[in-house]
Parts: sequence; structure tokens; C-alpha cells
Amino acid sequence: MWQMFVRWFHKWSSPKWFYEMSRPWSFWLGWAAVLLIATALVWGLAFSPVERVQGNSYRIIFLHVPAAFLAQAIYMTIAIAGAVGLVWRIKLAFYAAKQCVPIGTSMALLALITGAIWGKPTWGAWWVWDARLTSMLILLLLYLGLWALQNAMERQESGDRAAAILALVGVVNIPIIKFSVNWWNTLHQPATLKISSAAPMHVSMLIPLLMSILGFYLAFGAWMLIRTRLEILDREKKAKWAQEEIKRLEAN
Amino acid sequence: MMLALAQMMRRELSLANRRRADLANPLFFFLIVVSLFPIGVTPDLEKLSEMAPGVLWVAALLASLLSLDLLFRHDYEDGSLEQMLLSSVPPQLLVLCKILSHWLVTGLPLTLLSPLLSVMLALPGSALPLLMLTLALGTLTLSLLGSIGAALTVGLRKGGLLLTILIMPLFVPVIIFGTSAIQAFVNGMPWVAQLSLLGAIAAGAFVVSPWLTVAALDVTVGD
Repeated sequence: MWQMFVRWFHKWSSPKWFYEMSRPWSFWLGWAAVLLIATALVWGLAFSPVERVQGNSYRIIFLHVPAAFLAQAIYMTIAIAGAVGLVWRIKLAFYAAKQCVPIGTSMALLALITGAIWGKPTWGAWWVWDARLTSMLILLLLYLGLWALQNAMERQESGDRAAAILALVGVVNIPIIKFSVNWWNTLHQPATLKISSAAPMHVSMLIPLLMSILGFYLAFGAWMLIRTRLEILDREKKAKWAQEEIKRLEAN
Repeated sequence: MMLALAQMMRRELSLANRRRADLANPLFFFLIVVSLFPIGVTPDLEKLSEMAPGVLWVAALLASLLSLDLLFRHDYEDGSLEQMLLSSVPPQLLVLCKILSHWLVTGLPLTLLSPLLSVMLALPGSALPLLMLTLALGTLTLSLLGSIGAALTVGLRKGGLLLTILIMPLFVPVIIFGTSAIQAFVNGMPWVAQLSLLGAIAAGAFVVSPWLTVAALDVTVGD
């Protein structure tokens, strides 16, 4: 059993094997994500009932909530992949971690932008220094730091390992940041910005929201696989199989 | 081994002593940034005293961060950093010596200068001991956390700006607890919890950061 697991692990950590096996995965995950998100958005934007307090503006949650979820989950993914890379010296983990950074950055940006669009009619301001907004902003800054560090190093391998160490430091810090920002906010403005959706949600809103969240997760999976596949081709371009694959792709 | 550590400490301090300008620069920077706030925002003493904890904290941190870039740079360039990593003394302890001496020559002077600047910003005098205590803990934490960033960027030519980008987001909790302790004290509210948390973060960083710094140095120096 254990040996089978080790064999499986070794197989999947080989870039070539991963490149071949991930092709159908990225295809099916991508299509499932497109279907789910499209259904969720049509349902949520057109057929879900109007919210009693916020009117139509609440409908942005179908984008905002999944993006915010993913922005946090992707940082965790990067830290875990970085730790795997540092401990077992697995190149593939570094490739995946590197390609997760732009996806996570765009999710954090999407969450902030949709939040601002929602905040303008609801709170009367594009930006307030609310605890959630601030910790999402800091998460975005952490992503930008990772990106800057990866690109600053001349040797890719050092950039990978340096960014993995930084991601590990960041992941320890994220709970502390959240806790401190909550503390800071409640000290300054007690309970003026209660998010009204604390009340339980109606099923007709909840189902499309859950579908959208699942769809975003699948889309992340597909997107990450596609990006990682390209990263593999780029980094392994000295290997024969990669050169043949690049030639095949160029011929198409 | 104790002898090696004592020698390391002495080396660091005498090196700092020979570069007096590097010692004075963070202090000048602190003074200038703090005096820009009344000019840029308002000379009204009441408003200034409200802002004082935040301004003093942010200015002190930036001043300390600017000098962090040099923490490993000279040793990296002349090769002594490599020797430290190869020596029989645990490199974590040597790194800790460097961090502590960095705090002694920047964090501590900044803390000692802060009462003067806090008077200029009309912070109530009774808050002075707490201001100094939180600043001492905060700058120590910055030296500890910042050493990870300094180690990650040591091989880069323009590491200083990158170092700030890497470290500042990680430092948000410390700023929050430090300034809110002083504000709570001034407003007559309980402030011990914030101070304890500040101490807890400093203690945690003390344990963790030498290891991570050495891990980062292994990446950048081995390059």
C-alpha cells in the first residue's frame, strides 16, 4: 500500500508524466467549470429573487464570494507546494507554485474590485477601511511580494526556493494579520458596517452561489494545470520530449 | 562556542562603530519624516497628538527598514557571510548575533530618540514609557523579521526596495498592536493585552526567524 503510494507520488512528480496525464484533466475540469459558472451566473443574475434590503446590488456576490475564497485558498496552495518543493526537492511543485501566483493575484484583485463596486451603493463609498477589505488588500500585497521576488532572481531555481520561503512566512502570518485587523477595526468603528447577509440566505440564492464557488474552484484547477503545463515546457525545453512537443504545438 | 558568539557580537559592534554615518542616517531619517507630518497635514497640536503614535511608529519602522538592507550586504560582498555559514558554530546563532547588534545600533537609538519627537507631536507625557517600550519591542521584531527579507534579497543589486515590499505586509499586526496600545493608554482604556501580544510576536519571531534567515541565506548565497 505504502509502496504503491510512493510510486504514485514519484510518477506524478515527474514533469513529463504530469504533462501527459494532465492534458485530459485540464480539458474536463475547464469545461465543467465553464458550465457551472455559466449556469450559476444566469441563475443568480437573472432568476434569483431581489434581496429585500440591498435590492439588485447583492447579485455581485456570485463573483465576489468565490473570488475571495479562491484568493485565500490559492495562497495556501502556494505555501503547501512551496513546502513540498523545499522538503522533497520536487521541481514540479515549484512550477505549480509559480504559476499559481498570477492566478491568486487576479482573484484578490477581482474580489477587491467587485467589493468596491458593491460597496459604493451599499456603504456609500468605494473603499472603507473595514477589516475584511484591509486583510484582502494585505493578501494582495503578499501576492505582489511573491511575484516581485520570483522575478528579481537571476536564476529561476533560486527564485523558486526564495519565494517558497517567503510564502511559508506569509502563511504563518495570515491568521495573525486577520486577527489583528479585526481587532483594529472593532476598536475604531464598532458595528457600523454589519454585512446584512448575516441573516440566513434563501435557497434560491444559496444554490447558485455554491455552484459558482465550485465552478471557480474547478476553473482554478484547469487554469493552473494549463499554466503549469506551459511552465513545464518552458523549463524542460532542453529535454528531448519537450522539444518534440514544442515542435508539434508549433506545427498546429 | 560562547567565545565565538561574543567575538561575533564584538565584530558587529565595532564594524558599526567604524561606519558612523550609517549609524546616524536612520536617526536623521526618523527626524525628517516625523517633522514632515505637521508640515504636510496640520500644525494643530490637538490633531497631531491624536496622530502621534501612528506617525512615530511608521516613521521609526521605515527608518529601521532602510538600514536592514545592509544587514548582510557587506558580509556577502567580501565573502565573510559564506565563511559564517560554513563555520562549526550553528549559523542560526551567528545570524541571531547579527540581528541583535542591528537592533542595538538602529532600533535602540530610534527608541531613545522617540521621546524628543513625541514632545514635538504633543503626545501626552504619561504615555512616554509605553511608547518607548512598544517601540523597543517593535523595532526588535522588525530586525528579526526583516533579516529574513534581507537574506532573501542579499544577492540582488537593488534589494532595498524589494525588501520593503516583502516585509511590510508581514509587519501589519505589529503596527496595529503597537499603536493601539498607546492609543488605548492615552484614552484611558486597558492596554496590557496589546502589549502582551506585541511581546508574544517578538518572542515568536525570536525563535523562528534565525532558522528561516539561514534557510534563505542557503538559497541566495549558494547561488
